[in-house]
Amino acid sequence: MDGMHDLGGRQGFGAVRYTLNAPAFHAAWEVRANSLYAFAVRRGMFNMDEYRHAIERMEPRHYLAASYYERSLTSLATLLVEKGIVTREELERRAHGLFPLAAPSAPGRTNVPTRERFQPGDHVRVRTDYIPGHVRMPGYIRGKAGVVVSESPDYPFPDAHAHAVAAQDEPTYDVRFRTEDLWPESADAALVYVGVFQSYLQRDG
Amino acid sequence: MPDHNLGIQRTAPVEQRTDAIQAALDERGLNATEAVEELSHLAHEQWVPHNGARIVARAWVDPTFRERLLANGHAAVAELGVTMPKHHRRLVVLENTPAVQNVICCTQCSCTAFTIIGLPPDWYKDLEYRARVVRESRTVLKEMGLDLPREVEVRVWDTTADTRYMVLPVQPHETIGWPEEKLAGIVTRDGMIGVARL
Repeated sequence: MDGMHDLGGRQGFGAVRYTLNAPAFHAAWEVRANSLYAFAVRRGMFNMDEYRHAIERMEPRHYLAASYYERSLTSLATLLVEKGIVTREELERRAHGLFPLAAPSAPGRTNVPTRERFQPGDHVRVRTDYIPGHVRMPGYIRGKAGVVVSESPDYPFPDAHAHAVAAQDEPTYDVRFRTEDLWPESADAALVYVGVFQSYLQRDG
Repeated sequence: MPDHNLGIQRTAPVEQRTDAIQAALDERGLNATEAVEELSHLAHEQWVPHNGARIVARAWVDPTFRERLLANGHAAVAELGVTMPKHHRRLVVLENTPAVQNVICCTQCSCTAFTIIGLPPDWYKDLEYRARVVRESRTVLKEMGLDLPREVEVRVWDTTADTRYMVLPVQPHETIGWPEEKLAGIVTRDGMIGVARL
């Protein structure tokens, strides 16, 4: 989905609030929220793709205002409710207030049938796909050309794995893009490397 | 009765929402509280940048280890007893040189090799870093205190799948010949993210 989470290349944001030795956590509940979601994944209540997708499904207004760990907590609660482990009513009763959850999911998809194997040095182009469910293709590479630099082991295909759709595991390719191709005349000169699932790629020239 | 409804209409504070989930899972006999204690301990004690620092220091003093690390990061870090979660199936180690600066990010969430470089700092997870570093890398790095000479090539790595990345910083000249343990002491998490040079 072209959601609010897909931030790469969006403009208008201010300076990074950088400090030396910045902490990962600022409050005790954040450590608990992080541990609770990790516990749920470990127990097999949901997988990492479902977890990421439930964050992406948060209402944009909520997503932008929430801290990182509030997003984590919202995903956890959403999935526990969707999977019937708890009810929203119980959570709200226990929390003494409203417990906002993420919006419902659109359908997922399986692997692209025409996907092919690439080698380092191959010229590829990212398919111009618009996927309503979970997808790990950042919008800024859609339709863009790049060069394969390496291949990963096979991973669960996120577009399927987040939706309990059957699919084969497939490799990702680290693909090198140039910022001048991604944002012509509107970016600092650099190379950007993205881990791209095989189903998102086609051969280019 | 608006007054009566006011309380229940409010979003519960995040602490209370966290309590609610933990208590609901505990009541189902899932021992969430016990797991929270164990996982919190891991977060504070095990998933720390010192793991990565040991790896970097070894790579600086042992050229054959450095070669193995660059060829297959996953296998090489295991030699030092550092493990990765099952779903991280590959570790790519990115070697900085005087002419190349690698930087890692995750534009869509905040993925990192957290068992190696530590859980990510707050700014790494913020909207600003995620939105800007792929498009305005040199500007962002300069704002963060790393003013790179023009001739240095910037390479930004967006963690969009479950392959993980870490940066192998350039060893400072003045530390050549130091013992491995002392070298590990100068390697920072931000250096392994690539937003700082050592």
